[in-house]
Amino acid sequence: MATRDPRTPARTIHPLHAVLLAGTVPLFLGGLLADLAYGSTMEMQWSNFAGWLIAGAMVFTGFALLGALIALIRVRRGWPLLCFVLLLAAFVLGLIDSFVHARDAWAMMPDATILSAIVLVVAILATWAGFASLRAGATP
Amino acid sequence: MKRLVVIAALAALAAGCGQRGNQPDPMQYGPDPQLPASHRGLLPTMKIAHPVPWGNRRPTVPPGYTITAIATGFGIARQTLVLPNGDILVAEGHGGNEKPLRPKDFIAGVIKAKGTSHAKSGNRLTLLRDADGDGAYETRTVFADKLNAPYGLALVGGQLYVADQDALLRFPYRPGDTRASGPPVKVTDLPARINHHWTKSLAASPDGRFLYVGIGSNSNITERGMDVEIDRARIWQVDAATGAHRPFATGIRNPTALAIQPGTGQLWAVVNERDEIGPNLVPDYLTAVREGAFYGWPWSYWGHNVDRRAQPQDPHKVAEAIRPDYGLGSHVAALGVAFSTPALGPRFADGVFVGEHGSWNRSRPSGYKVVFVPFRGGRPAGMPVDVVTGFQDPNGDTRGRPVGVTVDPRGALIIADDLSNTIWRMVPAQRIPAAQAPTRGAPPSKDNHPKTATPY
Repeated sequence: MATRDPRTPARTIHPLHAVLLAGTVPLFLGGLLADLAYGSTMEMQWSNFAGWLIAGAMVFTGFALLGALIALIRVRRGWPLLCFVLLLAAFVLGLIDSFVHARDAWAMMPDATILSAIVLVVAILATWAGFASLRAGATP
Repeated sequence: MKRLVVIAALAALAAGCGQRGNQPDPMQYGPDPQLPASHRGLLPTMKIAHPVPWGNRRPTVPPGYTITAIATGFGIARQTLVLPNGDILVAEGHGGNEKPLRPKDFIAGVIKAKGTSHAKSGNRLTLLRDADGDGAYETRTVFADKLNAPYGLALVGGQLYVADQDALLRFPYRPGDTRASGPPVKVTDLPARINHHWTKSLAASPDGRFLYVGIGSNSNITERGMDVEIDRARIWQVDAATGAHRPFATGIRNPTALAIQPGTGQLWAVVNERDEIGPNLVPDYLTAVREGAFYGWPWSYWGHNVDRRAQPQDPHKVAEAIRPDYGLGSHVAALGVAFSTPALGPRFADGVFVGEHGSWNRSRPSGYKVVFVPFRGGRPAGMPVDVVTGFQDPNGDTRGRPVGVTVDPRGALIIADDLSNTIWRMVPAQRIPAAQAPTRGAPPSKDNHPKTATPY
């Protein structure tokens, strides 16, 4: 039978990859909250915050995507594959969201809020997939 | 490297999102321009001028006219003023203190800078003199330096007014001066925070009592917040004696050049309208500036067309907004205006010249030329006529970008080009006899330009 200790993960996520992957969530969340604040107050500064938070999220997403691509070299199925696909989706949606945030003033609304909400959900799912293999006994 | 990749991606996407190339543009000239529905793709449509040198070329002028470069090598040549003795003052400089506020500002700044001159801001007034009247301006002196992005120029009596980007200044001027006799006196401070649109245009009432200062908005469409728009997008009337000001017209997004109509004393302006709602919105315009009028920015354009980007909306202001007089076409970037004189020939005897710096927010460029808007009975009448062209090739190669236009009453059109930093001078090939009357140093007179007895 299995000689591996069942409490040890089948494979671990690299700590740097973990930081990048997990970092996308608060940044995209901040972007969404700032969008909601702009949408309700019409105070321009919130949309500037949203623009920068999403730009920061895109940097994290980009490097996390790179990490996921490297992880795919070892395992091309299961959680790592799902994590990569979801990160790719987050990157594409986040890029569109960034362009929408580059529209002047209210021209970004309501598209910006809707896109920020969608991309946040995708980023949460990608992070979930990325860390799911850490659970004891999980198979890659 | 990363930035380059981003720019390349943006440029490619922008090209893909352009307006359909072979569709004719709607009619955008005159009092009733066609205004399509507003439209904005994922990225703003962009086509940035590609600067190339003039070489042996020069701008194209109508048959019967010639054009020469009378001086070059300026630190961003933007506006000119012809003094009573025929000397030309050139305002040199580039202003604005805005810092990038959004990720977009970094990228857009890099892209747009590709289409402009990289010369250092001169921050001075240069005087050009043609003492013998042969059309060659052999003398060149620095009239005043250590200015702060000077732009608007006006001479009334013995006072030369200069609009820096942050203050209205006054120099004493005596005919024949080649440099200012002393430091300037500050008439009043001008709104200078951020200075997204930094150019302070200037005109003086004929009696010299009032100065009119055009102050552009601090954003395209309030994307820096409404707080920074206090005292922006308006024309001030400044009391020359006290420096006190009051708003003369408001909601006028970027009044880049002002001129007083000869005879009537009416103030006219060319105004740059808003971007990023389509290739054919919103037309820049030429208008007689009505005292106390509100021209719509930011809540509406061309009268009551609501711009939903400016929030919260203001239906009362929209209702108040008046329509300007004459559309010049969208994104042409009208930066110069000057009333003509019969000495420039019968075709251009009555009307205004408009210098068009040229577009960025269109896949098919507009502007990049000097046009003439004919007048009849003191009002614009008819379509604009191309006067000076050849600044840009169809492939985007751009040799010059016209800014200020000034009419020399002896029969010449002076054009400031801030890409090649050249001053161009267009004259009738055969001197129009009536224009020969004034001699150097004599004050110009309106009465010795009869419309008859011209060679055309």
